[in-house]
Amino acid sequence: MADPLLQVVDLFCERDDRVLFNNLNFSVFPGEILQVEGQNGSGKTTLLRILSGLSRHFEGEILWRGVSVTEQAERFRRELLYFGHNAGVKAVLTPEENLAWYAALDTDIDLQHIPKALNAVGLKGFEDVPCHMLSAGQNRRVSLARLYLSRAPLWILDEPFTAIDKKGVAAKEALLLEHAARGGTVLLTTHHELDLSRHVRRINLDELSGT
Amino acid sequence: MPRWFYQLASPRWCYQITGKLLPGFAIASILLIVIGTVWGLAFAPPDYQQGNSFRIIYLHVPAAYMAQSIYMTMALAGAIGLIWKMKVADMVAKSCAPIGASLAVLALATGAIWGKPTWGSWWVWDARLTSMLILLFLYLGIIALNSAIESESTAAQSTAVLALVGLVNIPIIKYSVDWWNTLHQPATFKITAKPAMPPDMWIPLLILVIGFYCFFAVTLMMRLRNEIIRRERRASWVRELLMQQRG
Amino acid sequence: MSETKLQPLAELQQIENADYRPGKIFIATLKRELQLALRRRSDLVNPLIFFLMVATLFPLGVSPEPTILATLAPGVVWVAALLSTLLAMDSMFRSDYEDGSLEQILLSPQPLFVVVLGKVLAHWMMTGLPLTLMAPLIAVMLFLPAEGMSGLMLSLLIGTPTLSLVGAIGAALTVGLRKGGVLISLLVLPLYIPVLIFGTAAVEAAVTSLPLAGHLALLGALLALGIALAPIAIAAALRISVSG
Repeated sequence: MADPLLQVVDLFCERDDRVLFNNLNFSVFPGEILQVEGQNGSGKTTLLRILSGLSRHFEGEILWRGVSVTEQAERFRRELLYFGHNAGVKAVLTPEENLAWYAALDTDIDLQHIPKALNAVGLKGFEDVPCHMLSAGQNRRVSLARLYLSRAPLWILDEPFTAIDKKGVAAKEALLLEHAARGGTVLLTTHHELDLSRHVRRINLDELSGT
Repeated sequence: MPRWFYQLASPRWCYQITGKLLPGFAIASILLIVIGTVWGLAFAPPDYQQGNSFRIIYLHVPAAYMAQSIYMTMALAGAIGLIWKMKVADMVAKSCAPIGASLAVLALATGAIWGKPTWGSWWVWDARLTSMLILLFLYLGIIALNSAIESESTAAQSTAVLALVGLVNIPIIKYSVDWWNTLHQPATFKITAKPAMPPDMWIPLLILVIGFYCFFAVTLMMRLRNEIIRRERRASWVRELLMQQRG
Repeated sequence: MSETKLQPLAELQQIENADYRPGKIFIATLKRELQLALRRRSDLVNPLIFFLMVATLFPLGVSPEPTILATLAPGVVWVAALLSTLLAMDSMFRSDYEDGSLEQILLSPQPLFVVVLGKVLAHWMMTGLPLTLMAPLIAVMLFLPAEGMSGLMLSLLIGTPTLSLVGAIGAALTVGLRKGGVLISLLVLPLYIPVLIFGTAAVEAAVTSLPLAGHLALLGALLALGIALAPIAIAAALRISVSG
């Protein structure tokens, strides 16, 4: 087996006097899709925020390609695509402008691919419409278009399918598989029943927390 | 990093060591403050210009000193907490703020009381008093921010950043206020412009300053111990401690 | 099923040899912020109206007597400018925080320092700069002698960017809180005092035809210090606020 991309060592996190996880250990290998499961409040979002580097309320170590992420924050961020609860879409900007801003933040993105990506998420014809005139689902799609643009191997997706219709979900699932097939890895949480279940490895926070 | 540094990081060790140090500092602060006060108020000679009203400096000066050094302590503790993620340092910083704010209030109040006989009004925009007022504002901002943020560790980190920003600003504020003061009013009486104080005057002052430092150490340790117990209430050693005290 | 393909993964080599051009992201940030501001023009005008209103309160509250107003004018204009920048401060990071853009900025490999500096500059161009341009109007209403005008404009021009920089620290510290607005004022106002002192002194010096350069140099020194240190504090504060 190849070397793990992401390793979590003895992760401990406590929130409001409640231990969310203790001694959490797992590794993620290239080509894997890992689904984080657990009840509401079990710390799924917290875990993804910790792994992405947004939340620093934890003890333990997170290694990326064998090196601690705190020692190589910039490089880790370059290899990371994070999709959070809030889509990160500016309401007064158009989808195209929103993606252009992402291209500025992530220099690996080629501006020329933006129309193609918008087409792929079904927003053809909406390129010049301010996002506040689009529906909630369409706004999420603007942000999901980043998946088509990004060249980052690690995708951390927190509820990416919220407000997306069935057909859209199917397309995104295919996308995740394709990403895994080219050696990328995905960490996600979702309430949707995935068709790609058999390709997914799961970790359940309810079982692991051990409190 | 030396070993004691890591030991300090342990709340339990910190609780024990402060428990041992507390009585000594308490006795020292009581003795020094009583001696200094009696000497300063009853035995030191009156000032040749201000008569007896100058004696308020025995309260004002230590309070003003402390308000400033406590701010520095708080900012440094905050920085240590921020850099080394040391919980005890966060607790020290949090415990400092109310003590420093109260001493700043004391310094302002004694300044006002001194102002009445000297300047004829309760408040004059004297450079030192104005700086002290701004210092009090900085303290109040820190206390407000700390109480507005619910998560303890976020609150500690945010206040540490604010305290450090304040620390950089304090010399600038002090300089600008002094400069503003000389621009707008000629120097009259300064509350502590005593180039040649006889030893009978400054020795009690020195004793009181040291006494106030001890007093600060005592209150800081008491607050810190409370804070440690509150935050570590679920830790086994706190439970054992409680059992011991009950049984 | 769409036929679109993903972009190829970035080569490791490429990532290790990544080259960043801070200038590029700075310009991109500035462009985005100005674009956002121009599409919500009401937010743009509100601080200016506030500025005008606060200045109007003084003749009504104190006295319409020109001699009295003329002595008050430097301070009044500066205090009003200070409060107006403060008013616009809360929005600086709030919308980015609420819609998730801030998380993306923090997670980008670009230096946060530079993005923050771009945002602050854009913020100043939308508040401090218009305030500076509007100040002569208020100065005339308050009977500030004409000689003082140069001092007023120059001091505001050099002083207001510092206000934006320092205010942004407060905005970054309170961005995670629902009621950040009042709190920002508490945190930031004491830190504004040196700028206020040197700014009004510059105007007074100009009124009495004293040399201005010293005052402006002091304001410039504060600005230089602000540019060097404030973005570090802002970046740290943002990471803490988002983490919380």
